Amino acid sequence: MSILGTRVVRTEDPRLLTAGGTYVDDLRLPELTDAARVTFVRSPMAHAKITGMDTDAARQAPGVLAVLTVQDMDDLVPPPPPEPGSEVSEGAPMPLGGVWSEPLLAVDRVRYVGEAVAMVITSDSYEGEDAAELVSVDYEPLPAVIGVAGALQTETLLFDATDSNVPVNSGDDADDAIFEGCDAVVERTIVNQRLAPMPLEGRAAAARFADGKLTYWASTQNAQISRFILAGALGMDPATIRVITPDVGGGFGAKVGIDRDAILIAWAARKTGRALRWVETRSENLVGMTHGRAQEQTIKIGGTSDGRVLAYRLDVVQDTGAYPRMSGFLPFLTKLMAVGPYDIARVQTHSRVVVTNTTPISAYRGAGRPEATAAIERAMDLFATEIGMDPAEVRRKNLIPPDKFPYTTPTGATYDTGDYVTALDKALQAAGYAELRAEQQRRRERGDVLQLGIGLASYVEITAADAAAGETARLAVHGDGTATVYTGSSAHGQGHHTAWAMLVESELGIPMASVTVIHGDTDLIPEGIGTYGSRSLQLGGVAVHKAALEVKEQARHVAADMLEAAEADLELDAASGTWQVRGDPGTSRSWADVATHAGADGLMAYVQFAGGGATFPFGSHVAVVEIDTETGKVRLTRHVTVDDAGTVVNPVLAEGQRHGGIAQGVAQALLEEMIYDADGNPLTGTLADYAAITAAELPSFELVQSETPTDINPLGVKGIGEAGTIGATPAVQNAVVDAVSHLGVRHIDMPTTPSRVWGAIDDASGGRVRAENGEAR
Amino acid sequence: MIPAPFTYKRAFSVDEALDLAAQDGDEAKFLAGGHSLLPLMKLRLAVPEVLIDIGRLRELSYVREEDGHIAVGALTNYDELSRSGLLARELPLLAHASGLVGDPQVRHRGTIGGSLVHADPAADLPAVALALDATLVARGPSGGREIAASDFFQSLFETVLEPGELLTEIRIPKPETPRRWAFQKFTKRGIDWAIVGVAVQGGSVALVNMDQTPVRAAAVERALADGAGLRDAAAHAAEGTSPSADINGDRRYREHLARVLVGRALEESQARA
Amino acid sequence: MKVTIKVNGNQVAAEVADRTLLVHFLREVANLTATNVGCDSTSCGACTVLLDGKSVKSCTVLAAQADGSEVTTVEGLADGSGEMHPVQAAFHAEHGLQCGFCTPGMVMASVSLLAENPSPTEEEVRTALEGNLCRCTGYHNIVRAVLAAAPALREGRSA
Repeated sequence: MSILGTRVVRTEDPRLLTAGGTYVDDLRLPELTDAARVTFVRSPMAHAKITGMDTDAARQAPGVLAVLTVQDMDDLVPPPPPEPGSEVSEGAPMPLGGVWSEPLLAVDRVRYVGEAVAMVITSDSYEGEDAAELVSVDYEPLPAVIGVAGALQTETLLFDATDSNVPVNSGDDADDAIFEGCDAVVERTIVNQRLAPMPLEGRAAAARFADGKLTYWASTQNAQISRFILAGALGMDPATIRVITPDVGGGFGAKVGIDRDAILIAWAARKTGRALRWVETRSENLVGMTHGRAQEQTIKIGGTSDGRVLAYRLDVVQDTGAYPRMSGFLPFLTKLMAVGPYDIARVQTHSRVVVTNTTPISAYRGAGRPEATAAIERAMDLFATEIGMDPAEVRRKNLIPPDKFPYTTPTGATYDTGDYVTALDKALQAAGYAELRAEQQRRRERGDVLQLGIGLASYVEITAADAAAGETARLAVHGDGTATVYTGSSAHGQGHHTAWAMLVESELGIPMASVTVIHGDTDLIPEGIGTYGSRSLQLGGVAVHKAALEVKEQARHVAADMLEAAEADLELDAASGTWQVRGDPGTSRSWADVATHAGADGLMAYVQFAGGGATFPFGSHVAVVEIDTETGKVRLTRHVTVDDAGTVVNPVLAEGQRHGGIAQGVAQALLEEMIYDADGNPLTGTLADYAAITAAELPSFELVQSETPTDINPLGVKGIGEAGTIGATPAVQNAVVDAVSHLGVRHIDMPTTPSRVWGAIDDASGGRVRAENGEAR
Repeated sequence: MIPAPFTYKRAFSVDEALDLAAQDGDEAKFLAGGHSLLPLMKLRLAVPEVLIDIGRLRELSYVREEDGHIAVGALTNYDELSRSGLLARELPLLAHASGLVGDPQVRHRGTIGGSLVHADPAADLPAVALALDATLVARGPSGGREIAASDFFQSLFETVLEPGELLTEIRIPKPETPRRWAFQKFTKRGIDWAIVGVAVQGGSVALVNMDQTPVRAAAVERALADGAGLRDAAAHAAEGTSPSADINGDRRYREHLARVLVGRALEESQARA
Repeated sequence: MKVTIKVNGNQVAAEVADRTLLVHFLREVANLTATNVGCDSTSCGACTVLLDGKSVKSCTVLAAQADGSEVTTVEGLADGSGEMHPVQAAFHAEHGLQCGFCTPGMVMASVSLLAENPSPTEEEVRTALEGNLCRCTGYHNIVRAVLAAAPALREGRSA
């Protein structure tokens, strides 16, 4: 029996549990013994000209080794001006650059609170904080551009060489003809609010130059991409750079590659000749690490009175913060996945990207797809309410049927495999939907203070969107019978070491305990992509699988030679990990025997696997909330999910990814938001105010199993990492609205905080509620 | 993340604490559990030059029954308060509210004295002290004094204590009907400060986070004394208050919450008695 | 000033700046880097250790305040027999960790919670862990781990 599909606890755990992980701040290497500390000086202004800077007091403070500003950057070759026609494509996950370029350190202008303006190098972090306070910067305030409306005016532009704050504008023009023939049409502008990714470990890096070579340790999701970024930024040959990824305390898309502050660590190490280490504080992280989401969406949905959706339009305004670091990539994905799992004939999508004086936006668990699902799922519920039909029924009537796959949407996505109706039915059954509706009805009739809300979300999402870039795996079986996997993937909690070892054991019979998995060192793994976009199992894992198959054939050839038999007569007993001539147990040979016989080159395979294309996991979530209608407080009492990402290699790991994803999705619906005031000051700058979700606000989740393999890769696997988040947010938001829909509420923007929910109840009642309480209008 | 530099001094007796404080005057602050003060210092919102650690004054950690009142040492921490059998019997409001402050780690360190002296109107124990008509006992360079809770809290983060004056004890009269209490703490998440909170003991009603200091809901108390029904009395909850607006709610929402929570607290305390 | 703290059974003494936080004393002076710093507002609990047997957030305790006291970090949980503490073993068995950054603090908070409440309900576990943030697991398996460890600890194995 193969180990694949069985519950296997993680090989990563014993070390993490007993000695703790080794994150950048924990590195105690000879190369970093006398590493100095970097503390950034950051702008307290959202938008201002820098008219002066005085670093004298800082330079003289205790423990200060250097204070670096943009004046010290004479050793960097400025990037060449963009050639006409060479603009970054709108859909590329890269900085737009050009007239929207972002400097490494602010030059003469700051565009968001938290933008780096100087670096202080000290012996320790305590002195660094003291000295950073002594750097005196003169700011001449400029009007702050905040919010969509703020961005669309042209009086204050963030970038002088432009004529607007809209770097990207693309998509279908609005044409209401698509809504002709609809009995019911609903339109609404909704908000998918700005979030902080908030991995428990913030950004961190260490760097050391020696003998013309840079060794760089980064809390990153991509060592090889980070090396590429450093080479470009510093004008170095990549071969002279080694990037090492130690343990990483979470990433969620915000640690893809390395950002400007991290590049500066390497630059400063070269400039000062000192090994340097930088570990940001949480307050720094909440404004310095990229934020996620931040879309304003106008949804318009139309269909027949018996529940068939005929047309859908989605208009997205993506706030990208002060610098377009992801060009139009996020709304591009939102538009691509706009119709979700539904068969909708007429679809229009449009997006604009706007710059504002806030922290730049980048990927955050789901990266553009949670936004798409949240929009269509709100639209489905609004449509259902409009025609007076149960939201489950409306979904069932519009979900793409199982016999239509592969299915190409009007937006150009081709869904590989799926069974959306079954997913919905399974979720509803596990939730006990009919009884929930009955209980809801009882409470409504009684006029209970505590009302029940049931929210649905059916979703499909795109994983390995960049499948063509592939992933690498090198597998070596050694003379002692153990094996080493060098993977291009870069786990930061996902458990790849366990899963990749399972893949080797499954194919070769080498026990997991004898398989070492290595990632994140560009000297050992020069080619690789890393982990984001839920790509690793279907690309990196499949690469390991294929490398195992190659090694198996190499071993067959070697064993045949050893045993002087025909290759066709050699068989591997995967259960015991032994080779023998079929039917002749006396010829049994171990992997150690075969690998030794293979000689100096041993048994080794290197695979670069570029997947056949993206895959599309899918599912349905049912959220149950209880709302105190007198205070607006929401309690999530149950959360039931079907998350189908194809074949499951290790249910333990898959469930963990679903749990974590669901929690972040629920957090967006109920609690979290990065809020700025009208002057661009962050109001949620510490974890006391940024309401990250705790164990006390969540129930245990009810996961239903579902595996619909893809035919795109030999393992049948899709990506599970972001699916839970994508399904959870709209299910909870829909549940909250559902709980008070009988009071006339049609929509509540996220997060559905108590004051928002109560405000919606109060508005819908036209102030009646307050009047009944003897309260003034 | 790191406090600005300061000088640390340690006291092993109340007298020593007062002497050390007298030396440094305005520049010094007492450090008890540190869970109100250190968070401010780490963000450099407070920059005292001297910290006088009184955490080892175990003689200030106690819960005792004395003549007609309960005496609580200022250095008793929230965890000890929440587990005190004596408080569970005689002052369940105090025991219960203490058990809701922050999280277990905070409760193992934070003290009642620290909370009262910090005087954050969004904190729970100041309002509880007010509802219980507590008397705060302080010792300073010019001797000792007793301050009624209603006189203790001056303004946001300000009490009547002089620099160098140390809160040593909180004296609480034993309520006539200890079981007529309630504590309604309304938060977004369990660990948050109250958006609005209500402490009830008998006919006393105090509000958390409805003004610059904890306040008694005097209009509610008058209505109750005049024989008003509970919900009718609760309708007066926001009178005389001045709640702030912040990311958790505007003034109108807070006033509404006060009315709802006072009503619930009154019903709960009645049901319990 | 000179600070002496018994960390995981060993006396650690050093001359440190008065403002040194206990978490930095543990990480930099005692060289025990498992305990992590995850925030600067006493919110996340990644720095949780036991101070004289009680869970505390070591980022909000001065090393000076812990002078003469005993501190237990996750590295000191094992009893020396080579086996993991029941709470560590339960986290492993139940997949109660992913990236591992919150884990040392979460484990210590769990040890403390079970010491104070040996037979907690699920709700009590969730409330008792509200001072420990995890971004990876959604808490589901952490709660399962604590509930799974409870019987083992009640049976009197090392705590």
